[in-house]
Amino acid sequence: MSVNRREFLKIVSMSTILSLGGVVSISSLKNHVEASQISRNAKALTAKRWAMVIDMSKFTSEEDYRKCIDACHREHNVPHVTDNPKHEIKWMWTDTYEHAFPGNEDKYLSEKIKHMPFLLLCNHCENPPCVRVCPTQATFKRKSDGIVMMDMHRCIGCRFCMAGCPYGARSFNYKDPRPYLDESRENPEFPTRMKGVVEKCTLCYERLAHGLLPACVEAAKEVAAKKGITPGLIFGDLEDPNSEVRRVLNERFTVRRKPELGTGPSVYYII
Amino acid sequence: MLEKAIYGGRRYWVWIFCLLGIIGVGFLAYLYQFKTGLGVTGMSRDVSWGLYIGQFTFLVGVAASGVMVVLPYYLHDYKKFGRLTILGEFLAISAVIMCMLFIFVDLGQPLRVLNVILHPTPNSVMFYDMLVLSGYLFLNILIGWTVLGAERKEIAPPKWIKPFIILSIAWAPSIHTVTAFLYAGIPGRHLWLTAIMAARFLASAFAGGPALLIILALIVRKYTKFDPGKEAIQSLGKIVTYCMLINVFFLGLEFFTAFYSQIPGHMHSLVYLYAGLHGHSQLVPVMWISSILAVIAIGMLIFPQIRKNESLLAVACLATFFSLWIDKGFGLVVGGFVPNPLERITEYWPTLPETLITLAVWAIGFLVLTILYKIAVSVKEEVVFDKYGEKQIKAE
Ligand code: SF4
Ligand code: SF4
Repeated sequence: MSVNRREFLKIVSMSTILSLGGVVSISSLKNHVEASQISRNAKALTAKRWAMVIDMSKFTSEEDYRKCIDACHREHNVPHVTDNPKHEIKWMWTDTYEHAFPGNEDKYLSEKIKHMPFLLLCNHCENPPCVRVCPTQATFKRKSDGIVMMDMHRCIGCRFCMAGCPYGARSFNYKDPRPYLDESRENPEFPTRMKGVVEKCTLCYERLAHGLLPACVEAAKEVAAKKGITPGLIFGDLEDPNSEVRRVLNERFTVRRKPELGTGPSVYYII
Repeated sequence: MLEKAIYGGRRYWVWIFCLLGIIGVGFLAYLYQFKTGLGVTGMSRDVSWGLYIGQFTFLVGVAASGVMVVLPYYLHDYKKFGRLTILGEFLAISAVIMCMLFIFVDLGQPLRVLNVILHPTPNSVMFYDMLVLSGYLFLNILIGWTVLGAERKEIAPPKWIKPFIILSIAWAPSIHTVTAFLYAGIPGRHLWLTAIMAARFLASAFAGGPALLIILALIVRKYTKFDPGKEAIQSLGKIVTYCMLINVFFLGLEFFTAFYSQIPGHMHSLVYLYAGLHGHSQLVPVMWISSILAVIAIGMLIFPQIRKNESLLAVACLATFFSLWIDKGFGLVVGGFVPNPLERITEYWPTLPETLITLAVWAIGFLVLTILYKIAVSVKEEVVFDKYGEKQIKAE
């Protein structure tokens, strides 16, 4: 088979165009994957900016909080580090008013509020300092819906983000987390982590992509259903005036943690 | 010129092998840390930076302080520093190398360190820190080597090196300013959120670095035939004095702002460091040692009679160095994390592996320094100065 010069040039130019096209489509694919981390399907829940309202009055026992925390930690294979509290990994946890809202404490605070455990998690800040300081973009804010994401494969473990977060929302794997997982309760759908990386709540981006609500919100629903009340965790789009969160924010007085720092937390509390 | 490093007396080799021994032990400790994770250190979820980052912060200052001899020499034509500049430049080289090693041993995933270059992140101060540090290392190697090479051939340094020298003078404060910005720009860490952080960093650097340089110069004079110059050492002593005074003044400003404003968050860290908070007071004795050393140092430095006595000057410099080492290499970092953002207290103390690794990095720094000084001194020993200490003349 002989190829003359003209034909050869044609082949070369065609393949160049094709490969260029390929590069372009691959890179756009890459952007897409990076933006959503996993592929979306038609049922995916979307929002311009996800937010959560925590209605404290709906939680009445230690058990109610535990259900939410457990749901989160089991869903994401969060290791249960018990031998050394200094190396604890927590995506969602509770603390008292004076620690959840330092600077707002008051000597004459009602006993009830004083001892109330507040559910704490990453605030998915609008202007997140953790994103600002990360040197590798392993922590980034997803443009599509404002979720502050973690790419644990990119994280170099410099822990700058932990210094940067004013809410103590981040945990570092000081040791291999896998021995601290209960295999029988492991969620095979979600990856486990390795030592030396930082992790935190990612607002269940993987569940949202499949049309599911965050695990903690789901758990709060169950808790509420048993009592016949409305759920204590309300999740929705802050930018949508008709969303559930906006309705609640409109009707009730809410507070956020350390708003004076200008980070713009997306988690609101009704006390 | 490197060959000069392999000729040395008994004492030289004993010292080298001691350093190698410390490095070896630290390397084993690092392998252990590499395998097990940073859990082998005393750091925690709350105090997520410790001794390593503290040493890095302190040593950036030592590196930057090289400028305190280079600047008067080149910009003000202060000839007395002529014999010291190379010691300052080589000290900067070893300090920057230690800085980089301390960052490296602090990483949770050290094999991914290239991510900082692969994903350049202009919004992260750490990105700039990497740029300025490597730039400064390059400048000092280039300048030190070129100038020393010319000296060996007993010719004037080439003209093209001058712009690099000027650049390095401008560059030195930048490395320490950028490092201060690692801390200063973070919301919610009251101890660090202060506009004079960079100024404080520079003041302490320009006291601590030259203090170390004086000690090194005295050692060089004692054990070699090379004399860095009595007057040069005295001038450096004055620099240490003024910078130490400014440093303490700046610290006073922090105290005033915190305690006169009475804003609890701003007082907490200082109270924790110097008096203990809610029964937690692990760092109190350490911080007081630092303060007492600072008082001793200043008390000795401000009197010219004491400063002029070289052995007393050495004592004052040791006090300065250790005072600042505690303050910046330990207290500043840990104090920023305690109490944590939820106002809970988790204390920090380095563990044995952490200490061994830290010692090893210092030993690597001293090894590099020894080799560089050995080369510099060997070159310098061969040339003799005229009686003003300015021009080099051929030995008879
Ligand atoms: S709460 Fe902390 S970790 Fe979460 S987005 Fe805000 S700064 Fe980042
Ligand atoms: S620890 Fe990881 S996520 Fe945090 S700042 Fe460093 S690279 Fe980014």
